[in-house]
Amino acid sequence: MRIRTAGVIAAAGLLMLGVAACGGTNEPAATPSKDKGNGKLVLWTDPTRAPVLKPFAEAFGKENGVTVEVKEISENQQQTFITASQQGSGPDIMVGAHDWIGNMVQNGAIDPVQLTAEQKAAFHPNAIKAVTFNGQIYGAPYAMENVALIRNTELVPTAPATIEDLIKTGKELKAAKKVQEILCVPFGAAGDVYHTYPLFSAAGGSLFGTTASGDPDPSKVTVNTPESIAALEKMKALGEKGEGAIKTSIGNENGIPSFVQKKCAFLISGPWSMNDVKKAGFAYDITAVPGFAAGGQAKPFLGVQAFYVAAKGKSKVLAQEFVANYVTNKDVALALYNADPRPAALTAAADAVKSLDPNAEKFVLAGANGIPMPAIPAMGAIWGPMANAEVAVVKGGDAKTAAEAAAKTITAEINK
Amino acid sequence: MTTEVTGAGSASSPHPGSSGQAPEQRSRGGRRGDAEQVRRTREVSTGFIVSRIAVLGIVAALLIYALPPLIQTEAWTALGVVGVVTALVAYLYLTPRHIPAKYLVPGTIFLIAFAIVPIVLTFITAFTNFGDGHRGTKDEAIRAIETSSVTQVPGSPEYYLTIAESDGKMVFLLVDPATKAVQAGTADGLSPVAGADVSLTGKVLSAAGYTVIPTAQAAERDAEIAAFSVPTAGGAVKATGLSRAFEGKADKSYDAACDCVTSPSGGRWVADEVEGYFVDAEGKHLDQGWKVDVGFANFAKALTDPTISGHFLNVLIWNFVFALSAVATTFALGMIVALALHSPRVRGTKFYRIMLILPYAMPGFAMLLIWRDMFNTDFGLISKLFGVHDWLGTPTTARLGLIVINLWMGFPYMFLVITGALQAVPRELTDAARIDGASAWAGFRRVTLPLVLVALTPLLISSFGFNFNNFNNIKLVTNGGPYAIDNSTVGATDLLISYTYRVAGFDSGVADFGFAAAISVFIFAIVATVSTVAFWRSRAQEEVYS
Repeated sequence: MRIRTAGVIAAAGLLMLGVAACGGTNEPAATPSKDKGNGKLVLWTDPTRAPVLKPFAEAFGKENGVTVEVKEISENQQQTFITASQQGSGPDIMVGAHDWIGNMVQNGAIDPVQLTAEQKAAFHPNAIKAVTFNGQIYGAPYAMENVALIRNTELVPTAPATIEDLIKTGKELKAAKKVQEILCVPFGAAGDVYHTYPLFSAAGGSLFGTTASGDPDPSKVTVNTPESIAALEKMKALGEKGEGAIKTSIGNENGIPSFVQKKCAFLISGPWSMNDVKKAGFAYDITAVPGFAAGGQAKPFLGVQAFYVAAKGKSKVLAQEFVANYVTNKDVALALYNADPRPAALTAAADAVKSLDPNAEKFVLAGANGIPMPAIPAMGAIWGPMANAEVAVVKGGDAKTAAEAAAKTITAEINK
Repeated sequence: MTTEVTGAGSASSPHPGSSGQAPEQRSRGGRRGDAEQVRRTREVSTGFIVSRIAVLGIVAALLIYALPPLIQTEAWTALGVVGVVTALVAYLYLTPRHIPAKYLVPGTIFLIAFAIVPIVLTFITAFTNFGDGHRGTKDEAIRAIETSSVTQVPGSPEYYLTIAESDGKMVFLLVDPATKAVQAGTADGLSPVAGADVSLTGKVLSAAGYTVIPTAQAAERDAEIAAFSVPTAGGAVKATGLSRAFEGKADKSYDAACDCVTSPSGGRWVADEVEGYFVDAEGKHLDQGWKVDVGFANFAKALTDPTISGHFLNVLIWNFVFALSAVATTFALGMIVALALHSPRVRGTKFYRIMLILPYAMPGFAMLLIWRDMFNTDFGLISKLFGVHDWLGTPTTARLGLIVINLWMGFPYMFLVITGALQAVPRELTDAARIDGASAWAGFRRVTLPLVLVALTPLLISSFGFNFNNFNNIKLVTNGGPYAIDNSTVGATDLLISYTYRVAGFDSGVADFGFAAAISVFIFAIVATVSTVAFWRSRAQEEVYS
């Protein structure tokens, strides 16, 4: 174990040394006048997207007579990007989820992207809504994703109309020993606010109030309103001391595999599960997560993948050209979809592939009621306390106590 | 590096530092020369010279590699440090003098670079509010605020852009998509252009009096284009990439007179140098902040904030329990196994040793995740063997589980070092003890164990230090949990380090490095104190037994 840590320490040391090296000057690392645009564009993305984006980036480079480098950042992309940007060693373009926007903006790491009215109109309205923060558009969306209810149609031919139906069917199948679990929703010992949000929202729960402009309002935390407490009560009823549909023993590591191994007939998951589900070799269907019999609709979180222009990049004009004028092009979006089939954010591209890939279309339909995941920095304060409250009620704890404790921690964190 | 002259090596030329002094010749097996002579004269071999040239070459290469980025970012202090260190290293290995320094300096440089600098930086950071929202300088925050507030002037055209030159100065040729009218934008403003040749996509192909810059060349002048703006009545025309431009207006601007950010629509945010934010009359701040010194605020928060200090003691106690049990259990099991395999009667020791080292050789992260899944309530192996129980969801079993997992991960290391130490214990001592009538246990207790401990105490102390900060085990297996219903800040299995990680906001992606650094300083103080006391006591022990 000593040897392993030695490497980590050495790496950390090098990192600190890098910080130290840059700490020697008080001048901002990159003042535009001194900075030479060197005809080179650097794009950072995660390892799954890097090979997909490479050909497009290279085509762009050829078109504009510049070299383009696509670099994969294996993990912790957001923090890596922000830290590197601050040091002046960041990329010109970053690719990532839209809920990073708030944090990237407060660190001055990204610039707004000026899209024309025509360009904006070409996107799915939810995609534009997701990348809008403080009234400004901060990125060019290219793919949207949300969770849906995936069911094994060999066991359940028709989609359940309500969550009660789903539970009833699941219980019958369990009693008949056809499955071991009623529902597979990744939750885990640490809780999972994202995957369970359709259930929480269907039961009437919410996280934030809204501002006059319709954005989530961090000064109005609503996790302890009577509606949200009632929603946690319903999650408790679905939990380990109730129906046993939400369990801490089913998490991200075994949720999708359990569905594939027919341990459960229902799975709540997103487009990323499709590779595994397709290989399972049984018929399946994708529908929206239903609501409760007496209650509202399930509103899954919408996540949007977008391209961002780094504020401290060395080739900002090229980066803007790439983000605002290149990836917003329908043909590029279509080619991107073909390389990485995630529901396209550009309506024209989404329409064009509708007939080719019914799954993508089904996920989009399942996300029709969805709400863009709040991109405000305060969202960071939600995950931990809210997940803890959900774990507590799923294990049979008191909903009101859990909600009040979560609200207290969240408010303290936001106001700190 | 050898300093002895071997037959062939002696023919090589002396190194520059010892020019004038002939390397001492000595035949193989011959008498050692005058001791004084040996001390002063360095002897050289080809390998020595080659390795020295290689090392100095690498040092020089590092200097050359570091120069351009440091000059580019104007990091003069860092440049000075790199230059001085390189010069020092070069001098040291090119002179025959300062022989002890030759051995000490590399280690010292690494010690400073990888231990002392990070510690000093952590201390410095602990006195700031460095973290998300407060990473840069005030100037950077102002620039970010102004840039983020730029919006398109309502009703203004969304121009097609062509970059051109006139009299050596940059010009934006702007095409209105609706009317196809062409205008030239310079630093003085807009002026109409007549008779320009415009393509279907809105690019200006040619215009009298202007030289169109091809895209590839324009791309090379990125920074110039980014800085270029054409003043207009409503704001300024700026480029959006190389092919479009828009007329934008900044909604917020910084006013140095009042040290505040103002907006034409009436907003006014005054700089608060204590918080590092621009704050309005209602106390709401703009998103972008800057780094300020906060004095002892982070330390005070750790000690006084009830959500933090209230749990500090409990976490600290469990932290000690975990670290001590981790060392004790791995040491005990490692010792038992090592003793068993040390016995001359055991056959196939090589095979057993390989098997025992396996847990150590496997990737730790993967092992931890497998262990976590083995403890799964419904599907895990542990539940299948011992009955369904919420193993990692109950404080007692979660803590025991972590110690068991750590035992499995850690005992091969102890086994290895104890095996080494045992082989250094002379057999005659244990034999003598047996002849004197000592039982096996007494022999072990009074002879073997003390001798082994003399060699191993430093390792036990470092093992304690490591386990005191054993972040991986906690993070990957329980993530600090289980948590009480009303407390999501600290869980039953949190160590100080995993707890720091959470309260500093790394889990949620909104990091507060300043506060994390302050807690790290506390942890550093605790581990340093424990280690110092332990080393001090082990020195006393060494004096007794050796």
